[in-house]
Amino acid sequence: MTTPLADVAASGATLRAFLHGLPGVDRVGADQRAKMLGTRSIKTTAKAEAIDLAIRMVDLTTLEGADTPGKVRAMCAKAAHPDPSDPSVPKVAAVCVYPDLVGLAVEALGGSGVKVASVATAFPSGRSSLEVKVADTALAVAAGADEIDMVIDRGAFLAGDYLKVYEEIAAIKAACARPGDEHGAHLKVILETGELATYDNVRRASWLAMLAGGDFIKTSTGKVQPAATLPVTLIMLEAVRDFLAATGRKVGVKPAGGIRTTKDAIKMLVLVNETVGEGWLDPDWFRLGASTLLNDLLMQRQKLATGRYAGPDYFTLD
Amino acid sequence: MFEYAPAPESRDVVDIKPSYGLFIDGEFVDGAGTSFKTVNPATEEALAEVAAASQADVDRAVQAARKAFGAWSAMPGSERAKYLFRIARIIQERSRELAVLETLDNGKPIRESRDVDLPLVAAHFFYYAGWADKLGYAGYGPAPKPLGVAGQVIPWNFPLLMLAWKIAPALACGNTVVLKPAETTPLTALLFAEICRQADLPPGVVNIVTGAGETGAAVVNHPDVNKVAFTGSTEVGRLIARSVAGTGKKVTLELGGKAANVIFDDAAIDQAVEGIVDGIFFNQGHVCCAGSRLLVQESIAEELLESLKRRLSRLRLGDPLDKNTDIGAINSAEQLARVRELSDIGEAEGAERWSPACTLPERGFWFPPTVFTGVAQSHRIARDEVFGPVLAVLTFRTPAEAVEKANNTPYGLSAGVWTEKGSRILWMADRLRAGVVWANTFNKFDPASPFGGYKESGYGREGGRHGLEAYLDV
Repeated sequence: MTTPLADVAASGATLRAFLHGLPGVDRVGADQRAKMLGTRSIKTTAKAEAIDLAIRMVDLTTLEGADTPGKVRAMCAKAAHPDPSDPSVPKVAAVCVYPDLVGLAVEALGGSGVKVASVATAFPSGRSSLEVKVADTALAVAAGADEIDMVIDRGAFLAGDYLKVYEEIAAIKAACARPGDEHGAHLKVILETGELATYDNVRRASWLAMLAGGDFIKTSTGKVQPAATLPVTLIMLEAVRDFLAATGRKVGVKPAGGIRTTKDAIKMLVLVNETVGEGWLDPDWFRLGASTLLNDLLMQRQKLATGRYAGPDYFTLD
Repeated sequence: MFEYAPAPESRDVVDIKPSYGLFIDGEFVDGAGTSFKTVNPATEEALAEVAAASQADVDRAVQAARKAFGAWSAMPGSERAKYLFRIARIIQERSRELAVLETLDNGKPIRESRDVDLPLVAAHFFYYAGWADKLGYAGYGPAPKPLGVAGQVIPWNFPLLMLAWKIAPALACGNTVVLKPAETTPLTALLFAEICRQADLPPGVVNIVTGAGETGAAVVNHPDVNKVAFTGSTEVGRLIARSVAGTGKKVTLELGGKAANVIFDDAAIDQAVEGIVDGIFFNQGHVCCAGSRLLVQESIAEELLESLKRRLSRLRLGDPLDKNTDIGAINSAEQLARVRELSDIGEAEGAERWSPACTLPERGFWFPPTVFTGVAQSHRIARDEVFGPVLAVLTFRTPAEAVEKANNTPYGLSAGVWTEKGSRILWMADRLRAGVVWANTFNKFDPASPFGGYKESGYGREGGRHGLEAYLDV
């Protein structure tokens, strides 16, 4: 990677100096800004557009110990055709599964245009050796994953060993390469902001992930609370905005975990619109990681079109 | 994508009468002066015809207040508190109505009247209701006495909030009041009069007389008024100070400001940018404590201004009743003329003027958010209070220079300091000659916190325990 900031990772000391030299984040101010943007009132035509955009941005996710081939196939069918009764509903951006189910998802989605993302690197805790994490990633890439959602080593980050986190991300990025595929799998870097605790850490981890080559930065695994809060997403959006200005490279953002309602999703879109602008209002640059959000989006979409709410039984549960 | 569709708050929640009288002794009565129209500054549409109080009307109001004072001041504090709590609750219940009316009459965005003004108004009444039976513990002796009749004159920038700041402490301490709202924004005060009736407040405890400057002068100069409270321009404040000198009337004046918002190079930049926006563009800059002078450390000036301009280009100017509007209308043609004049002077003096691309509505009084860079302390836009959405940007090199420039103004109402270094905040706060110093925030208000100025920004404090002193015979 050649960016104007390539040399900041020359050593642990330079990396630390750089990350600690980033402007701080004032928690009260960030919370207040996110709260104010949460009061935006998105109605009628704007709401209809927002709902369709949000559907196109969904990474439909199942990350359970109990996931089975049947469960994953059903979810893939829903991802390609979210509402079987209404062909005007767009398909979602991707499905997100564990590495061992990638092959199955690729097969189930063949030709639909829905991407397959896989978590990797000893998800969700990230507690394993680099060798295991690379192998975990390679397994998913070989099985045809379009995107890899890795977790950072929060222990190393909190211990101040930023270089270890950086090198691990770079190694996973290398493992995303695929013979005959120029770009390889897209790398999303999960910061698990609920464990980083402070907004200063969120900003530093965002820059660390981008410097190390991440294509996307993602808030959470969904296994830790709090997950994708508005202020945390705001800070990550500010980071990708500033990173683009500093390096010329554009990075995507994916809030994941706890986004359950259409209202939550629209607040996220407002945040994107008023922080980084419409350049990020596209599934290539912004995703919503969620499992239950899609049905609420479908329900609100139908309500807007018909003026009535259909009962939950009219929306499929896959 | 992503254009927000119009999301207007319904104006049907408020019933505006074609004409309004004065509120004297618990009744709405005609005024002897020439009535006037109050207009919606966003559309120039006339909202209602409002009575003007003559000297004789003011005299009747003061007499009504005097008559009510005996029983009101003799009432146990716990009983007065019940009325204040009741008023506070009715304000909360009718807050949507009050917010819409405030926005219609004043031009401020509904988001601000709904989320800032009205919650603070109710909070102020709740806060002083709590003091009414505890005055003996406020530090002014075991049983401090009220002053009598308070004559209060308030401005148009926060019509209902300034009313709350004046009436709540006065009533809690056992005074009765004659209040004159601003000529361009009388409607919420008249709705408040209706709320006083709804709360069964004894007649004469609150009297509201509408009118222009002469009505205000009649209130201030009335010989039977014991206390004068004024919020408004330094110019009028001077006149008032002169006219009450030697009369034995107690006075508090809350006047103009030209606050410095000081940004150090180690500030949390994104939040500082928000703070600059809140500081000067909140309420179209019609805020006496607005952060109208941005003092930014030279080493980050360029970067900060770039961020600020990017942020300003996302401000949404337009219909104040739209829930997504950030910048509303200038309150009056007169004020718009003043903002235009001072901005033109700024340009003529050589400062660089910048505004984001934004379309101003055809009707109504509008001015785009404006930033002047390359401003020197000697420029008028760095010295005169513009009272509009106009920011003057200056730079400094060291903390000492920041303090020197911040204090180099005849005003001293507020200041802001932005740094991640706690010790520097304390160092600055010790040296800034301003009644309020905000650290890593701006334009934050709380009824428990005293507010008031140094130098030509006035004297006395409103809010908090300190605010009681202005209404007690101590």
